Amino acid sequence: MIDFGYGLTPSSTLKIEDVRLPAFGELLRREPDAAKCIACGSCAASCSAGVFTEMNLRRVILSLQRGREKETLPLLRHCMLCGKCQLVCPRGVNTRHLILSIGKVYQLEEDKR
Amino acid sequence: MSQNVVVIGGGPAGIEASRKLRDLGYTPILIEKEPVLGGHLARWDRLFPDGVDASTFLDPMIADLDGIKYFTDTEVASINRLKDTWVVKLSNGLSAQVRAILLTTGFDLFKAEKKEEYGYGIYERVITNADLEAWFKSGAAPQFDDVKVIGFVHCVGSRDEKAGNRQCSKVCCVTAVKQACEIKEKFPDATVYCFYMDLRMFGRKYEDLYLKAQKEYGIRFVRGRVSEVSEDLDGHLFVKAEDTLFGKPMKLKADLLVLMSGMTPAASTQQLARMVNIQTGDDGFFLPKSLIVSPFTSSREGIFFAGAATGPKTLPETLSEASAAALAIDHYLKTLQR
Repeated sequence: MIDFGYGLTPSSTLKIEDVRLPAFGELLRREPDAAKCIACGSCAASCSAGVFTEMNLRRVILSLQRGREKETLPLLRHCMLCGKCQLVCPRGVNTRHLILSIGKVYQLEEDKR
Repeated sequence: MSQNVVVIGGGPAGIEASRKLRDLGYTPILIEKEPVLGGHLARWDRLFPDGVDASTFLDPMIADLDGIKYFTDTEVASINRLKDTWVVKLSNGLSAQVRAILLTTGFDLFKAEKKEEYGYGIYERVITNADLEAWFKSGAAPQFDDVKVIGFVHCVGSRDEKAGNRQCSKVCCVTAVKQACEIKEKFPDATVYCFYMDLRMFGRKYEDLYLKAQKEYGIRFVRGRVSEVSEDLDGHLFVKAEDTLFGKPMKLKADLLVLMSGMTPAASTQQLARMVNIQTGDDGFFLPKSLIVSPFTSSREGIFFAGAATGPKTLPETLSEASAAALAIDHYLKTLQR
């Protein structure tokens, strides 16, 4: 739909083809297992931080793929790297390395700006 | 003289069963309504999960029909029970009197134009999985050269009660993943999206293919059923779906959209079911005696099934069922002689 610029609230529709993902590509280079997530939610279900905060690794991974990192990256600060998600992940994703890699890659992105 | 067995349907199931029956000492009479044998497989380019050329399976099968009487461009005119035999009359005027009939009538591809909201047959850039295979097989230059974004729509006419198809067509998930990788090879700069409800990677190596699609080909998977497609003035497509994992509606401006048409019962299924007086299920496929121990045996004497005539199946399943049905027919005919 054409945006005439008169809207009171911005559209929440994802325009997915506009999402450019150089940072996610870099993340995949560092941690190829990021592509293996099947969004089963085991990580979020077992997450201690998630009980008290909005931390949700499944959602973070998805947000990065949808170009919505701003909304979810701050959530990662609640992670204590306890590793329970790694124990339950059926795909064997090294979640600790994934989380640290996300921190590195997207922090670098921040610094560039 | 060896005993005749009529096999109706010259796809992979019919051909394979005919060869097995011949090897067991019978003379199969194979009937195909199309001008060529091979069914859907004859129009398919490559096969999942390894991307093997379909003709490497089909060509040797078709080259090995000695001892099999086969008729293409031929339909069944009537089937009648006469004492303990079946009399099959063909559209070419011939008839056969046999004790066993094997129904290998397979499936029809769901007519994608029935899902009008996807615009097949209305928008030029909306094609089906079969169209894509035909293009791959032809080796022709692409119809559109400015292809940067490609979408695959899973479950078109599958798990869709409104479209009259409650069943899962089983093979489209992995076919979509296979075709997504193939089209990425043709258009390396394009971004390829798959819109799915579930990904049913049930077979050996299918899950590996799915992982490869993500890691090596960068195919992007979006969980959500496409609700509608529209076209802009330049002929490009707008695809609407909900990203159900993300919980937000999304839009994709695509240059090409591939609809994964599912399997529906072959049009001839009802006709044949009436001729021999056997049942079909609610889904319209033939209903065997038991789906577990004898999926190739019907409720009537001397009528057998193999392949997708009893529901969506993969090619290896179809081929092994064809062999099993040939053995079941052999056993049945030998029991009659005793």
